[in-house]
Amino acid sequence: MKYQSQKVALAYFAVALGLFAVQVLGGLLAGWIYVSPNFLSEILPFNIVRMLHTNSLIVWLLLGFMGSAYFLIPEEAEREIHSTKLAYLQLIILVVGTLGVVLTYVFNLFEGNWLLGREGREFIEQPKWVKAGIVVAALIFLYNVTMTVLKGKKTAITNILLLGLWGLALLFLFSFYNPSNLALDKQYWWNIVHLWVEGVWELIMASVLAYLMLKLTGVDREVVEKWLYVIVAAALFSGILGTGHHYYWIGTPGYWQWIGSIFSSLEVVPFFAMMAFAFVMVWKGRRNHPNNAALLWSLGCATLAFFGAGVWGFLHTLHGVNYYTHGTQITAAHGHLAFFGAYVSLNLAIITYAMPILRGRDPYNQVLNMASFWLMSGGMAFMTFVLTFAGTVQTHLQRVMGEYYMDVQDQLLVFYWMRFGAGAAFVLGAFLFIYAIAVPRREVIQSGDAVGTPAE
Amino acid sequence: MDERPAVEQSSPLDSLPGDLMMWVLIVSELLVFGAGLAAFLAVRITDPSGFAAARASLSPAFAGINTFILITSGFLAARALNLRLRSRRSAARWHLAGAAGLGAVFMALKLVEYVEKAGEGITTETHPFFTFYYLLTGFHAAHVIAGMVILGLVAWKDDPRNMETGTAFWHMVDLVWLLLFPVIYLLG
Repeated sequence: MKYQSQKVALAYFAVALGLFAVQVLGGLLAGWIYVSPNFLSEILPFNIVRMLHTNSLIVWLLLGFMGSAYFLIPEEAEREIHSTKLAYLQLIILVVGTLGVVLTYVFNLFEGNWLLGREGREFIEQPKWVKAGIVVAALIFLYNVTMTVLKGKKTAITNILLLGLWGLALLFLFSFYNPSNLALDKQYWWNIVHLWVEGVWELIMASVLAYLMLKLTGVDREVVEKWLYVIVAAALFSGILGTGHHYYWIGTPGYWQWIGSIFSSLEVVPFFAMMAFAFVMVWKGRRNHPNNAALLWSLGCATLAFFGAGVWGFLHTLHGVNYYTHGTQITAAHGHLAFFGAYVSLNLAIITYAMPILRGRDPYNQVLNMASFWLMSGGMAFMTFVLTFAGTVQTHLQRVMGEYYMDVQDQLLVFYWMRFGAGAAFVLGAFLFIYAIAVPRREVIQSGDAVGTPAE
Repeated sequence: MDERPAVEQSSPLDSLPGDLMMWVLIVSELLVFGAGLAAFLAVRITDPSGFAAARASLSPAFAGINTFILITSGFLAARALNLRLRSRRSAARWHLAGAAGLGAVFMALKLVEYVEKAGEGITTETHPFFTFYYLLTGFHAAHVIAGMVILGLVAWKDDPRNMETGTAFWHMVDLVWLLLFPVIYLLG
């Protein structure tokens, strides 16, 4: 660790991984409710379980992004973080807010209260006081990292990262505006949800990936930066008007169907570019970094993001297709692989890279970590296929044949069983990852003499 | 850490005139307008007579004059770069001003056309033909305005590389119109 204040990232990553555990357990529970629908229906209804599953995901990803920023900005800017005190204060605010959301929802406290009660817009259902806390924490964070960069060296990686983080925080402000017109409500809501995951988060993803490639492959910074600019341009060009693919059926004018279809089809380009970037950097690279697990996660991230966000997104983004598949299990398949591939894997990649450095455990082979990659990726790929088949059947029975929703659900049961199995494998992988990061002190497996592998 | 020998890093992209990012933008724009035209033609197959009837209410003469204006403007922009390369800076600037001025004439005629269509009560919802008509020509018009701003910027910061980058954008706007004009205004 080159700068002492990078240590802040350790706390962020630890909390993030804790919430990751909560998220996957919530997912497992929700998967079980799909096969046994009355399970816990009185104590913990499905809508609450689902809310916990998605919100813990978003919060831990945000904590991971912030941890990544605190880890890589000192190295890029070549100076200590402006204030570590503020960084910890910000983390405490976010943890208190998160606990507040969970308690408010599980026990339905303060129903209907303007400030304290739940709000019920998917993903931004936090009570107002938590939203305000998130904004305060975000302002502290932005102040802290921006000051660090302003006083230090400015690189393309930190510039793009800051652009993404500022965009992330500013777009969240839309969550305070809740128009009573349902079409407008949805439109503003997508300004957060879509412009996050298919806009500014891609900037964060590209810059963190660029940082990892720089460190892991030793390719010249100049080359990395050229790729970074092209990726970011492609992401913003396609992603901003790509928002139109959410405006098909919410009451906005018909021309959105064409704007959405055309621009969102191009959203596959930045994800393809990120995948090409990662592999080209590894081929061109002059350095074999000992942290193979971090490289595996980085390449896995770029590849799975291309398939989950790019290919599975394109699958149902054209409005003629979406007319039939909207809101079926096809959406669930895309959502799972896209979030896992793009943002979960990105965070796990930087955590895998940073943890040995933060805890002074270099060099580090991390075989267990690599096993967890295959367990999680395999589980998620299987889940994606299963849900895609379920969604295809559902689309035909429900949207083409016109059968009733619940009758169709009964016929999908076999897929839901397989999804539960895939989810269980994923949860095992997630816990194996957390164990591999947290527990083993020293674990270097040498190739060569002991195993007798032939020399290359 | 093992160090492997460095791989040659130069690429054919380096020989493109102007900035690489402008070419990324140009390719993206051509993809979008190309997809829009492809969609237009695909939807047209489902209702050829409806499309033909809707097209009959456009006035190709106006758009034809505009085509001529835009090509002339592109010619002036190309001359401007040539003049700049021969260090005739003020002549180059006047040519850029002329190119942008013709862009303004194009926009004025376009505006007359839109006002006329709106006056006839034609909106984006009137017929799929008009959805595409407004979308494609509207997007193009927005690019004409952006292009005029860019021409102004490179006339101000007039080093040759900037001028290459800016005029490349203007030629793209030109090219897109040459694709839109026959497909939307002439296809009977």
